[in-house]
Amino acid sequence: MRIGVVTFPGSLDDGDAARAARIAGADVVRLWHGDPDLHGVDAVVLPGGFSYGDALRCGAIARFAPAMDSIVDAARGGLPVLGICNGFQILCEAHLLPGALTRNQHLHFRNRDQFLRVESTDTAWTNSFTAGQEILIPVKNGEGCYVADQRTLDQLEAEGRVVARYIRGNPNGSQRDIAAITNEAGNVVGIMPHPEHAVEALTGPSLDGLGFFTSVLRALAGSSAGANAGGHQ
Amino acid sequence: MARVVVDVMLKPEILDPQGQAVANALPRLGVTDVTSVRIGRRIEIEFEGAPDLDRAREIADKLLANPVIEDFTIHVHEDAAAEVA
Repeated sequence: MRIGVVTFPGSLDDGDAARAARIAGADVVRLWHGDPDLHGVDAVVLPGGFSYGDALRCGAIARFAPAMDSIVDAARGGLPVLGICNGFQILCEAHLLPGALTRNQHLHFRNRDQFLRVESTDTAWTNSFTAGQEILIPVKNGEGCYVADQRTLDQLEAEGRVVARYIRGNPNGSQRDIAAITNEAGNVVGIMPHPEHAVEALTGPSLDGLGFFTSVLRALAGSSAGANAGGHQ
Repeated sequence: MARVVVDVMLKPEILDPQGQAVANALPRLGVTDVTSVRIGRRIEIEFEGAPDLDRAREIADKLLANPVIEDFTIHVHEDAAAEVA
């Protein structure tokens, strides 16, 4: 399976995302923001960082990158896409996910190891977890406060689209402790903390992050066998 | 000069922690009668020809503001209008 990792000007975590995908067993294809060709990848990761220097708003300019045009179209057709941190911001700006990420309520950049509870295991990126599983992965953001109107929040909850919530402390003031959400189809997931930094004992607080990457490989193996493993109910 | 000004503000229901931080600092200046501070962004766009409000509105809607969390208003820059007149 080929997982594409997009590099924007200002991406920081593209190397770690590629490494995590490789450790999970994927063939990694490095994609460039200026190239609309997705080179036949089976899934895409939008990595963390500060694309275009966060000019205007985080993710606002990356959304219009030539690679993003192709990714938005492909995601609407079912391509699994994981946006991590800045990638989550880009997915919201591109309207693939509802809501927005705003300045941390306390105004401080926050980086620490963070406990999350995985709440939806029906997505292409979380099917290797068990519902309610508590995981520990790093969080590091200045603009990670998830906001949406009450109707959208209620809809996300009702449809089981809150993928993960912060537990044992909310690092940024996100509404309803939301750390990760998915689209209606379950193929697009945005997550603020960084699973790609928790895939090796040497450098991470756990190996919990690996589950996101093994999940998509499982979803892809399932869909190539004819099952709709990436589907979301 | 054909300049259009776009003012972008967080929607009233969206918390503005920067504005709150400024409001909380004001008593240190001896200012105690301010009840709220909200911070927004002013963007000036210059067109080659006449100011085009419709184009500016489209630019603001697509890029300059995020309609999920922000509202915007646009107007032709007054000094520029005076120069034209």
